[in-house]
Amino acid sequence: MSFKTKLAGAMTGVAVLTSAVAVQAEVLFWSTQARPAEEAQAMRVEVLGGFGPGVDYQPNEAGPWLTRFKAEIEAGSGSIGVLGSLHGDFSSLDADTLMDLDGLGVMSSSETFNNLAKLGTDSMQYVPWMQASYIMAANKEALQYLPEGANIDALSYDELIQWTANVHEAVGQPKFGFPAGPKGLKHRFFQGYLYPSYTNGVVRTFASPEAVTAWEKFKELWAHTNPASTNYNFLQEQLLSGDAWIVFDHTSRLAQAFNERPDDFVAFPAPAGPTGRGFMPVLAGVAIPETAPDKDAAMALVKYLLKPETQLATLRATSFFPVVDVDLPDDLPPAVRAAGDAVAKMSASPDANPGLLPAGLGSKGGDFNRVFVDTFERIVLAGQPIDRVLADQKRALAKIMDDTGAPCWAPDAPSDGACPVE
Amino acid sequence: MNARVLPYVLIAPVTLFLCVFFLYPFFLVAQQAFTTGNGFTMDNFREVVSYWKFPISLRNTFLLALAVVPVQLALSLLMATMVNNMKRGRDLVLYVWTIPLGISDLAAGIIWLAIFEQSGFLNSMLYGLGVVDQPASFLSYQNMTVVFIAIMLAEIWRATAIMLVIIVAGIGLIPKEYYEAAEVFGASPWKRFVKITLPLLRPSLQTALILRVVLAFEVFAVVAALGGSIFPVLMEQIYENQFNLQNGGTAAALALIVLAISISFTLVILRALRVPKGATI
Repeated sequence: MSFKTKLAGAMTGVAVLTSAVAVQAEVLFWSTQARPAEEAQAMRVEVLGGFGPGVDYQPNEAGPWLTRFKAEIEAGSGSIGVLGSLHGDFSSLDADTLMDLDGLGVMSSSETFNNLAKLGTDSMQYVPWMQASYIMAANKEALQYLPEGANIDALSYDELIQWTANVHEAVGQPKFGFPAGPKGLKHRFFQGYLYPSYTNGVVRTFASPEAVTAWEKFKELWAHTNPASTNYNFLQEQLLSGDAWIVFDHTSRLAQAFNERPDDFVAFPAPAGPTGRGFMPVLAGVAIPETAPDKDAAMALVKYLLKPETQLATLRATSFFPVVDVDLPDDLPPAVRAAGDAVAKMSASPDANPGLLPAGLGSKGGDFNRVFVDTFERIVLAGQPIDRVLADQKRALAKIMDDTGAPCWAPDAPSDGACPVE
Repeated sequence: MNARVLPYVLIAPVTLFLCVFFLYPFFLVAQQAFTTGNGFTMDNFREVVSYWKFPISLRNTFLLALAVVPVQLALSLLMATMVNNMKRGRDLVLYVWTIPLGISDLAAGIIWLAIFEQSGFLNSMLYGLGVVDQPASFLSYQNMTVVFIAIMLAEIWRATAIMLVIIVAGIGLIPKEYYEAAEVFGASPWKRFVKITLPLLRPSLQTALILRVVLAFEVFAVVAALGGSIFPVLMEQIYENQFNLQNGGTAAALALIVLAISISFTLVILRALRVPKGATI
């Protein structure tokens, strides 16, 4: 072996070693949020670039996210430093597998969020990280068909139905868009919007006479809904293509439309029903698994994420809003401004009826959502009689509540023990 | 090395690989399917079979396999015969026909979605030609037939090549003498196909059909892209149980049901297309 090859060998060895050390020092941030390539890149550069020790930001689908986390917990050792995901994903985890984060000294400015983050225990299992909501958006073309006297910022469900009917009649096509695709968030519409607006509840009132009215109204709306909605997952695509003019979706699933053509679309609050304007937050949090390789670095990263500057950078990168008090600057992306306005109007409306995220369901969160999705598919797509379907699905819902013992959450009236389906 | 030991040494790595990455996980899955918290139970199976979408997804999966596989068989036989009779450009045609094999399921589904969507290619073309007044929505729950045909087309486009490749290789193995002899006796091309090609192609047909039928029962991504949430199939139910409901037990039970279906069809094909003992080419 010549001197040169020896030297090259030694250099390679050193390089391998240093890169191994570098990898070790980075905190692995294992997340289900900010998955689209641009958002992930913005997270890495704009949001996490300022964190000294470095972060390896890895976004993934919820399935693989959970599988890897569970595998690390079962193995008793792992490489994930910080977990980032939605409240619903965390609530399906065993609280013992997550570090208690009370001593961290950072939390959200919302008491409600901090309580949700305890996952039914006495201490914070995750730290609220960012929030969003669901809103309505419309192509400006559709505005001319608004029913007379209707205020777009204070619509009722009846006015919305009338509006979509007017559009349907005028252009000859149903132009309401609803996220009923396999990855669409339709269940959240029923749990956080339709049910609270018509029944002032979700679980207790699941099969009430008011719920029958709610589903009848939804069927009326569906008559003016683009039937291809069963393929729609992110309504920004249909807004941009023009397949749908009036839509309901998650704020960050509408962002692209507003950012690409800010002058063509308007965002506005969800409609109101007889029991108010139901709406629901989306809450994402960050947690530290018990198996994190370097808990100090992980805690430092969580603290860094909750800093006001980082929260603003996150808002720009992902269209998810801060959970701590920050003054929003004026130069925000169009999607953020539009969504922020609509959410503010929704919460400030006199008939606001804010709901909470399902809590205490543990690993039954998916089954809970399936009750609503099945009810929708049977009533609306299969055309089965509403009262029969509700009576049928009621049993599935009652079983989930009994199995988990989850108490009621707003807007349902509080319960002792498991929330009853009345 | 000892000639008697050598074969076993050679297959050892593959055997080991299969044991570690197939047999072992298979037993784990089976265990998961037959247990809940407290010992042996059939609860997981009862739960998935009694779910209202199970009969629908079972029917959809079977219908799709039934509609797609025969068409693919006929097409691939036709294409293989054509390729075989080509004097020039044979390789080029084969390469082009096998391109869809290199595309992932989901990508294939999305390609066809881009065609059938309301703002897709088909609609733009029809609209441009003045056939329709405005873009129609083809893939909707009101037109289940169209959705079914779209999925069928996508599947046929995507997976015919896998049968084609096997059959082309099989046809290449048939000795030319049989055809020459048949020609001497004045057999028509159709007669030669039915009396020589098909019978001697049995082993290849067997392989091609087994592969294709098993894959047909595992159809998922193409259906998810084109059918959205209105065309449930068995694989989709497995995914739903595993990831949305986070219930590994019921997902494993469904996986075993799909496995049972695949095995029974494999046995049927093996039996129907068996090559009699001693009758080799």
